[in-house]
Amino acid sequence: MAMTKLIIDGKEIEVPAEYTLLQACEAAGAEIPRFCYHERLSIAGNCRMCLVEVKGGPKPVASCAWGVRDCRPGPKGEPPEISTRSPMVKKAREGVMEFLLINHPLDCPICDQGGECDLQDQAMGYGVDTSRFAENKRAVEDKYLGALVKTSMNRCIQCTRCVRFAAEICGVPEMGATGRGEDMEITSFLETALTSELQGNLVDICPVGALTSKPYAFAARPWELGKTQSIDVMDAVGSAIRVDTRGREVMRILPRVNEAVNEEWISDKTRHIVDGLRTQRLDRPYIRDNGKLRAATWAEAFSAIAAKVAGSKKIGAIAGDLAAVEEMFALKQLLASMGSANLATQSAGAFDAAAGRASYIFNPTIAGIEQADALLIVGANPRKEAAVLNARIRKAWRTGALKVGVIGEKADLTYRYDYLGAGTDSLAELVAGKNAFADVLKNAKHPIVLVGAGVAARADGAAVLAAAAKLASDFGVIKDGWNGFAVLQTAASTVGALDIGFAPTSGSLSLAQMTSAGSLDVLFSLGADDVKVADGTFVVYIGTHGDRGAHRADVILPGAAYTEKSGIFVNTEGRVQMAERAGFPPGDAREDWAVIRALSDVLGHKLPYDSLAALRQAIFKAAPHLMRIDQIEAGDAGAIKTLAGKGGTVDKTPFKASVEDFYLTNPIARASAIMAECSRLASGQMLTAAE
Amino acid sequence: MLDDNDRIFRNLYGLDDWGLAGARRRGGWDGTKAIIDKGRDWIVNEMKASGLRGRGGAGFPTGMKWSFMPKDNADGRPSYLVVNADESEPGTCKDREIMRHDPHTLVEGCLIAGCAMGAHVGYIYVRGEFIREREHLQAAIDQAYEANLIGKNNIHGFPFDLYVAHGAGAYICGEETALLESLEGKKGQPRLKPPFPANVGLYGCPTTVNNVESIAVAPDILRRGAAWFASIGRPNNVGTKLYGISGHVNTPCVVEDAMSIPFRELIEKHGGGIRGGWDNLLAIIPGGASCPLIPAADCEELIMDFDGTRAVKSSFGTAGVIVMDKSTDVVAAIARISYFFKHESCGQCTPCREGTGWMWRVLSRMVEGRAHKREIDMLLEVTKQVEGHTICALGDAAAWPVQGLIRAFRPEIERRIEEFSRKATLDDQGILDPAHLVAAE
Repeated sequence: MAMTKLIIDGKEIEVPAEYTLLQACEAAGAEIPRFCYHERLSIAGNCRMCLVEVKGGPKPVASCAWGVRDCRPGPKGEPPEISTRSPMVKKAREGVMEFLLINHPLDCPICDQGGECDLQDQAMGYGVDTSRFAENKRAVEDKYLGALVKTSMNRCIQCTRCVRFAAEICGVPEMGATGRGEDMEITSFLETALTSELQGNLVDICPVGALTSKPYAFAARPWELGKTQSIDVMDAVGSAIRVDTRGREVMRILPRVNEAVNEEWISDKTRHIVDGLRTQRLDRPYIRDNGKLRAATWAEAFSAIAAKVAGSKKIGAIAGDLAAVEEMFALKQLLASMGSANLATQSAGAFDAAAGRASYIFNPTIAGIEQADALLIVGANPRKEAAVLNARIRKAWRTGALKVGVIGEKADLTYRYDYLGAGTDSLAELVAGKNAFADVLKNAKHPIVLVGAGVAARADGAAVLAAAAKLASDFGVIKDGWNGFAVLQTAASTVGALDIGFAPTSGSLSLAQMTSAGSLDVLFSLGADDVKVADGTFVVYIGTHGDRGAHRADVILPGAAYTEKSGIFVNTEGRVQMAERAGFPPGDAREDWAVIRALSDVLGHKLPYDSLAALRQAIFKAAPHLMRIDQIEAGDAGAIKTLAGKGGTVDKTPFKASVEDFYLTNPIARASAIMAECSRLASGQMLTAAE
Repeated sequence: MLDDNDRIFRNLYGLDDWGLAGARRRGGWDGTKAIIDKGRDWIVNEMKASGLRGRGGAGFPTGMKWSFMPKDNADGRPSYLVVNADESEPGTCKDREIMRHDPHTLVEGCLIAGCAMGAHVGYIYVRGEFIREREHLQAAIDQAYEANLIGKNNIHGFPFDLYVAHGAGAYICGEETALLESLEGKKGQPRLKPPFPANVGLYGCPTTVNNVESIAVAPDILRRGAAWFASIGRPNNVGTKLYGISGHVNTPCVVEDAMSIPFRELIEKHGGGIRGGWDNLLAIIPGGASCPLIPAADCEELIMDFDGTRAVKSSFGTAGVIVMDKSTDVVAAIARISYFFKHESCGQCTPCREGTGWMWRVLSRMVEGRAHKREIDMLLEVTKQVEGHTICALGDAAAWPVQGLIRAFRPEIERRIEEFSRKATLDDQGILDPAHLVAAE
């Protein structure tokens, strides 16, 4: 890498030649204030806050847009000299700050951005303490941007971060600026609701209080919140989040930076699920008496279960999308001690735990998408199934290096792709080389075949998976140092469940068998709300919300949501991550593993751990890779070859994405009024202000 | 005074045919092939030797600008010539005369300039309000195509296509990079520089943006020789120039004369003298609204060229002279100019977006004297905060007239403030009575 020597504030430093001055100054330890510049967006250079002095130049330059290459050396070849603290720079910053503030309302006390506002902070650092502006301030009408982003456009400083974010990251060029000069206003196209699943990030990206969170409006102040670093479970991406709580209550969820997974974005479901954590909660056990659920004590509920289990031979368990490894492991052991191996998760479909890890994880990793030069999407809609991962695909696509092909539903994925067909015959055609995209895949250096979870959910799922694996191994998608077979799971629990063997085996019942009539006497449902259990089975529902599963239940044991327990989740890449407890479950509800442990005692099969630590030790003994938090245990690529050899007959029904309504995929989301509103907006059932 | 034989724009007043036949009669399109056959290096060197400085206001040497264009287009990107005909600055009205009365000088100039920079495509971006000008220009281009003077296989042996693009009337689109944005179909907002258009211009390709006049004079310079052009005017300020004289003169006009003509001669000869006599002169704005005004005292010995105007802390601009006699409310005049820049600011970058409105509001209070004396210094400081801190030069252009006003007419502003305070009606509590205040905006 070519390095260039610079003198910044009298300090000599070498930086890569392609750096901007802002990057160089930061490398030299100088702090550069900025508003419009954001490292993940294109450079606008319009706020003029980052001005620095380049020695010899008549006027200061915008460091965010000025390349190190653009600096000329001195007359005798001395390195260019940059000053970030000279009187010229100080004057320029004060000037720009004054201009930004003359039309900015002084409403910090009632502004939701207060306390975490770039303008506030930088005005303290670089502004002056008095105002000389004697005229009236500008008034700008607020805009409607949908259910999630509240606007207060008087506060807007026209940095255009939101415009660039919508166009570049979200891929929905729906925001822009109308008007000119001081009448320039930021708005969405015809003031309709934004259509991105990432629009909540606009609130983070806005350096002032112009765009704030609508659901969180006037709810809390940043300094009164407890902050817990955790992991999101709304999809299988496992985005890094920060859960902000006041007392027992979760007030908001914000993204954390994790370059390997979510960069600094989270989806709207991840962020705005919050009100779903408060409503429809199961806060005490229930027992169904004469067809009606009635509140009960823990002892009553446990004895009712014990009575039923005592006379039953056929017992099974199904885990839902949000189950952590801990409770699944405990439940598996409990069932094993009762002589049952009938285990399944509602979303694992045809994925086979025995086939090896590589056959069910996203082998190239999410960050690996950026290296990819060809991507085939089979039976998935990444935009809905993993919105943040889809942004990563779009990022790679925008560089021009990534070519995308899709077999499945023809949807707007925010990037252009070659549409290859809807069903398995298109897949077969591609394998036969009848499509030009076959050559793109074959000739690619880092190809990815992305297989959606919807594929495995089909009746012929195993055969289609085998076909996809065959395509991958035939087309050289798996090679030395690169495994491009990528399974996009949609449930946070799936990979963890498969890792610990919470899955059907050759001798046990499958998910379909367990839910059919007469196959089971007692079913333990670990938040499995999306399965329809046949009549006659006694259902013990351990979960958080009064959702579909609770309606079917015979006994309800209230559990803890993901913000109320510490739990291990394995994302679609196979990355082991730990969610932390930010609050406590409501009422009598308890952490799920503890519920199972207590139940085991009553059932006479007492599980051998009294604490979470002891339970985890048992888990780590069975699956040691779960110990290595934030790491991925790479799967053996041979597993895909084995999978490819399995064959099987496929039927011709077109592929269907596994997520129909992005906003309503799990019980927490279905309990959220915000998500319901988003869903109605997205489906066009709710008209927006401008229509 | 310029000899009639030395005039480049021989149909400036539209007395003759503006079409191809007329242009040919006046010497246009004569020996163009011989010029093009001499090659791009010869053309660029000749233009450099002529000493022609860009006529759009900044005065950058045209020959040097052309030489910045890449010699070969090895990376596959074509080069473009773009002509800036977005003449919108108050006081400037020279290019429209060229376009409506002598458009073939521009068309021929485009071909030659295109050849000099290896650009086979040229765009002329015409100001939105110029309807007739565009029609004449388009007709001239059509005539040139018909006569096979330009086009794919023209008689000059240099394939060249020329297009006219029509703006929507925004002043900012006269800024070269905003013009390119607008030409590409985007919102007219200046780009960050570097990269400069010669590297990354129209559609990301090497581009040179020239003023209409700079291009239109090129054929005659090359026909008559660099030495001829360089012999007119004084060193560093050579050639002939179109002057636009407007305001309080007896015969406002656009006229071609030599560079470095004394201001007084220009006004007396072509403008018919100041209304009410030379002593009635208050101030002038020498080159379009963005130039700081020059008070009458400095006009006595003023030489109308780049160096002459700089000596009195103003700038030559486009030589669109606005003359103000003593009947002028000079503060109101500058306040109006300030409003123009506030109205035309694109709003992209902070100092210009916020500063232009502030300056206008303070100034419009000062027109009636409703201000504090300390605000004069504050206003001056605000102009300094805008100047040099913006993406393009519109910030500077908005700041300079105000600075010029304060420099030359500070006592006048102070007098108005005193006057206003003296007349102000106090209510019974000694507070300025709001009933006697007029709203600022």
